Order: sequence, then C-alpha cells, then structure tokens
Amino acid sequence: MSSDSNNNKVIPIHAADENASSAFLYAATPKIYPRTVQGVFAQWRWLGVFITQLVFYGLPWLEWGQRQAVLFDLGARRFYVFGLVLYPQDFIYLTGLLVVSALSLFLFTAVAGRLWCGYACPQTVYSEIFMYIERKIEGDRSARMRLDAGDYSLEKGVKKTYKHIVWLGFSIWTGFTFVGYFTPIHELGLAFFQTRMGSWEVFWVFFYGFATYGNAGFMREQVCKYMCPYARFQSAMFDHDTLIVTYDEQRGEPRGHRPHSASLAATGLGACIDCNLCVQVCPTGIDIRHGLQYECIGCGACADVCNGVMDKMGYPQGLVRYATQNAMKQGWSTAEMFRRIFRPRVLVYTAILWTLMVVLGWSLYTRTPFRVDVVRDRNLPRISGKGEIENVYRLQLMNATETQQRLRIDVHGMDGLEIEVDDDILVEPAQSRWVPLRVEIDYNALQPGSHKIWFDISNDADKPFKITEPSVFLVPTR
Amino acid sequence: MSDFTGSFWSSYVAIISLAGILACLVLLWVTARKKSVGHADNTTGHVWDEDLREMNNPLPLWWVGLFVITILFGLSYLFLYPGLGSFAGSKAWSSKAEYDTEVVEANAALQPLYARFDAMSVQDVAKDPKAHAIGERLFMNNCAQCHGSDAQGSKGYPNLTDSDWLHGGTPEKIKESITLGRVGNMPPMAAAVGTPDDIRNVAHYVLSLSGSPHDSLKAGFGKPKFSACAACHGVDGQGMAAVGAPNLTDKVWLHGWGEEGIVAMVNKGKQNIMPPQKDRLSASQIHVLTSYVWSFSNKMDAAKP
Repeated sequence: MSSDSNNNKVIPIHAADENASSAFLYAATPKIYPRTVQGVFAQWRWLGVFITQLVFYGLPWLEWGQRQAVLFDLGARRFYVFGLVLYPQDFIYLTGLLVVSALSLFLFTAVAGRLWCGYACPQTVYSEIFMYIERKIEGDRSARMRLDAGDYSLEKGVKKTYKHIVWLGFSIWTGFTFVGYFTPIHELGLAFFQTRMGSWEVFWVFFYGFATYGNAGFMREQVCKYMCPYARFQSAMFDHDTLIVTYDEQRGEPRGHRPHSASLAATGLGACIDCNLCVQVCPTGIDIRHGLQYECIGCGACADVCNGVMDKMGYPQGLVRYATQNAMKQGWSTAEMFRRIFRPRVLVYTAILWTLMVVLGWSLYTRTPFRVDVVRDRNLPRISGKGEIENVYRLQLMNATETQQRLRIDVHGMDGLEIEVDDDILVEPAQSRWVPLRVEIDYNALQPGSHKIWFDISNDADKPFKITEPSVFLVPTR
Repeated sequence: MSDFTGSFWSSYVAIISLAGILACLVLLWVTARKKSVGHADNTTGHVWDEDLREMNNPLPLWWVGLFVITILFGLSYLFLYPGLGSFAGSKAWSSKAEYDTEVVEANAALQPLYARFDAMSVQDVAKDPKAHAIGERLFMNNCAQCHGSDAQGSKGYPNLTDSDWLHGGTPEKIKESITLGRVGNMPPMAAAVGTPDDIRNVAHYVLSLSGSPHDSLKAGFGKPKFSACAACHGVDGQGMAAVGAPNLTDKVWLHGWGEEGIVAMVNKGKQNIMPPQKDRLSASQIHVLTSYVWSFSNKMDAAKP
C-alpha cells in the first residue's frame, strides 16, 4: 500500500489531557419512565400480550380426556401435548420445533425487523403488564417521576407498597402457572393453598416468580440492552429492504418548535416539531431520530405518538413509520417498498420454513405411537438341552398411546428361527415394560458369527401397527 | 482426602486461587476510572476508518454488582467447600459422605415399602404383584448379567428356572445362596480315577446315568472307577446339595455336554463362584429377590403383575 493512499487513515491518538478530570466508568442506569401511548402499534402489542398470556395462563387448565391437556411429567418422563404422548426418545420433535422457531425468527426479522421483541417476547409482554399496573397505581410518566423525586410521604409509601404487592401477586401466579406445566395444576393449586407443595415446586414457583418480578419490574430494557443476544446480531439479519421503525429525516429536518397556527411552508422548518414525545414513550430510552440503533426493540411506540402529534399539527402521518432504508433513500412509495419483500432472501427463508413445517407435521402425523428397543443379553449364547442354540433378548416396549396394547412378537431373518415368548403381552397406557424372550435355532443351521435378525411387534387393536426392530443373533465358535 | 504428597502444591493452588479472585477485585477497581474522557459528544475522541467512533458508554452499576456478587460467591464457596488446595472447607463436605447420606436416606424411604414383605413368608411374597415387580427390577440389575434376563443361565451360570438346584431349592437355601454366595468346587480327579482310558470310561458311565448317548461297554468298565466320584456325587450319582455336587443323572450340563465335557471336568476340575450379595443388597431386598427367584421353579398364576 502506498503511503499516499494511507495518509488519511492515520488514527489520531490524543495524549491524555493533563487537566482532564478522571471520569467514573461505571454508572447507575438512569430509570426510564415511558409515557403511555395509544395507537395502532400499541393495539397490536396489547393483542400480542393477550394472545400470549391467554395461552400461557390458560393452557395448563385445559383437560384432555382424564388428564391435563399439556403436561410435562418429568418424573415419569412422559410429555403430554393434547393427543400426543411423547417419550424422551421423541426429543427430535423438540429439536424440529426449535429449528422452526429459529427460522421463523430469521424470516420475520428479514421482513419487518424485531417483531418478536416488539410484540411477543416475554420480556416485552411482562414489562408491558407491569408498566400497566404501575401506571394504574402511580399515574403516568410525569406523575411517576414526581413521586420518585419527592420526599418520603404516606402517599408514596402506600402507592409503592400497593404496587409491589400487586406485582408480587402477579409474579407468584406466573410462577405457579409455570410449575403447572410440570405438575398437574389442579392438584398444585390445592397444594398451594394448603401449603403442602413439594420443595422443588416451592422453589420453582418462587424462583420463576422472582425472575418475573425482577425482569419485568426492575430490569426491563436492561435485559434487552445488555443480556439479550438477539439485539447484537440483528444487523446480520437486516438488510436495506427490512421494514424498521424509521424517522423520515428528509421530511423532518430541520426540526424546531413553532406556533401551532403557523403554516409549515412559512416556518421554513421540517415536519418535526421537536416535541421530544418519541423519546418519552420509548421503553428503551433512545431517540429514534438518530437512526437504527441496537437498543430499538421495534415496538413502534414512537411511531404511534408521532402520528398523534402530526394529526394535531395537521401534517400527514408517518414522520416516524415502518419503512425500509432503501425506501427512505430512494423515496419509494409504499407499494414499491412492499414489492421488495419478495426478495430472494425472504423467499428462501419461507421455502425452508414451509418445508420444515410440512416435514415436521407429516412425521408427527404418521408417527407410530409405540416404540421398541431391543437389547441382547451380553452373556454367551447357550446351547439348550434340545441341541439348539439360544440367544436371550430383552425388549423394551414403550406404549405412547393411551389405551392398553396387546402385542404379538415375532422374529424373522433366517429359516428355522423360533421365538419363545408369552402369547399376548400387555402394555398399560403410556407405560413401558421390559419383556425377556428367547430366540432359538438348530445348532448346525448357522455358521459361527453374527447374524442379522428382525423382531416384528404388532398389535391387534382397532388402530393396528407393526414395528420392525433389527438385532443380531450370535453363534459361538465351536 | 488430599491427593497431594507434600504441602507445597496445596499452598500453590490455594494462593493462585485467592490471588486470582483478588486480581478480579483489583481489576474492577482500577478500570473504574479513566482520564481523558469526557468529550462533549460522548465519545472517547477516537475515530477509525473515517467515521467509526468509540462511544463512552459506562458499564451499568448493576453489572458491576454482579461481578462483586460472583467474587463473594467464590470466596464463600472456597470457605465452605473443598477447593483451596487440601483445605477441606468448613462444612467438611465430600462427595462420598454425601453419597453415603443419600443411600441411608433412600433406604429409610424404602423401608416402609419393604416392611410389609418382611413379615410375610417367601411363598406369600411370591404371590404379591408389587413384590414381583420389585423382584424383577432387583433381578435385572443384580442377577441378569450372569443368569440371563430370562434366568435360564448359560454355560457355567446355573439355570434358575428348572428344579435342578446345586445347593438346594428351598426358600431358605436360595436366600442363603444369595446372601452368602456359593463356591462350587470340583477338584481335578485324574489321578484318583486312573489312566486316561479309565477317565473316558467313567465319562461314558456318567453319560449312561442320565440315559444320554453313550458306549455301554465303556460305561461298564467305568462303573467301578466311579467310586472316586461317589464321595461327593453319591453312589447313585444323584449329587449332594450340602457340598454343591451336581446331580449327574439329569440332562443338565452346566459346564459342558458330552464325553469331552466330562473328561475335561475330571482332568482339570473347576471352581465356580457365586458372589455374596449381602453387602450390596439389604436383607429386605434379598427377601423379595428370594421369592422372585423361588417363583421361577414354583409357578403360580397369582404372581403375574
């Protein structure tokens, strides 16, 4: 590289100013008091809150036949999801679900940024609920700021105590619901009120409750800013055609205060009246007018509040709006902007996502609700009194249906194989059991070594199935 | 509990651990302040690649608090639990002691379950489906490795489902076999029996006892030589449970079948060991296990789970 082209790349290093006062590099986080906001995005968020919480708090109370519809019984290692009974061996479905979730995140992020953060993430949802409670008790932004700044008073004490009691009650209910996914919730409710929960149940109710209380009551945007990895890799998922909450700089600048009556053209100013409301409503305390920042959770609160201001001023809405960086730069219309949604990246994500969902759904739909593991006894094959060679196997029969299964076990793979096992083997609903059995063949029928055989396990119920499991038959050297 | 042979390495580890924790605190303290920051635009004043600026965003205090909590946790852990070289910690915790405690607790928790069976006879326990299920698990975990999952044994490991018992098949004898183990001892008898031909003749005589295929001429020659065997196996070859000598008149051949198998046993002898289980299983567990094993050769329909 020539020195010429390098000239402007010298990093200026400033010597420390002798007189500079030293600064403290750790700082208490300024508390954020988001102002209430109304508007279309706030409505979407509340819809997100209602749907996610209806599912979370409601699901454990649903019944399915004689049991809880969704129950993860860790002790018995059975996972009930409506009609499905899953074993730990079905873990692949959880993997599939997580892959689908991750790809959905990629897709939604590529199309419209951090939709998850703004409308569905538990951190957002619970913060929203906790802020709602806070607002109902302490009032809106300015009232809360006054209350916090003011000296201790009876009113302050009462309001703060009241708020924390409601928060804690809500948190414990949340923790209780969480545990209700793992312990039948009706019994848990009874045990809760009779104070005879198990020690682990007590731990998890209060630990999960405490995490809710701490994260939604106190940590809030700190979780998004300092703990969540999603914010840090958002730039890898965004491109210039991703819809993000954007400030229209060309239209807004130069910003400035103006009399309400003045016409826009006469002032010589942009549309931004510099009312600062977009900063006041922001749950992470940033100024959207600085452009895309990693702190922005894409909640659209600033767009909502700015639209209200624009209405009051008689200006068109959308000074802060969902727009792509390309659209902003090129001055595209909405239709032009939306056309770019169908770009290769989005189409590829969509195709992979649909493929995976179809495969996952298909494999769940065609899954045989019964599983068999074959374990050959590790001791030496024996020679029976009849001069036959015998191998002993244990079959683990895992019933993933909720009816009793009557089974028949056969073996195939070589001529002359005989199986010695009970005629009908019963496996209770959602239970597994081990069944030992013998397979015999004439001593001279086989060469010494390992021979492949297959067990066929079938039932005679109205929903028949047949499972074939491979194993080996060992013949010792003579 | 220490694996160190001298005190040097113990103190070496302890000093490095404590110095490391202390260094974390010092680092937190030293990096708390910095000169020459405080530009009006909240940057450190550095610019790279034309427009990349380094912002001065202070670390949140609560995060610093987490570091302090980590340090306090580390120090309390090292005080309470072993970690600082060979210092055992104020709680004197060890994984073995915890395991022993848990075993005692688990046994105490299981006691009520077994208490019911303790009071019952082996025959009655065998009729109990719950005891059968417990017995099955005990058998699978402790016995099936040698005797097979179907309890029918293998070469050298007796079949437990037939009525041929080396040491007696009564509940008391089975319990004794499980508790104290057994040693089956067949001494090399070649010298006592005689020449190699004598040994072959004895083998044919032994085969004749169970009606197995044999050469009756050789068996006739072997018969007088069997007197060397009769001390344990009895004059009629029906064995002697008191010393664990097998019955030779049935078709159970634990250590090998046919002329060659018998000749090998006479020439080489064999010591076959059933290890005692009294240190691995409690008396109550052995009681349930006995009934499970006893039920193989004393079939009862009621014992099905």
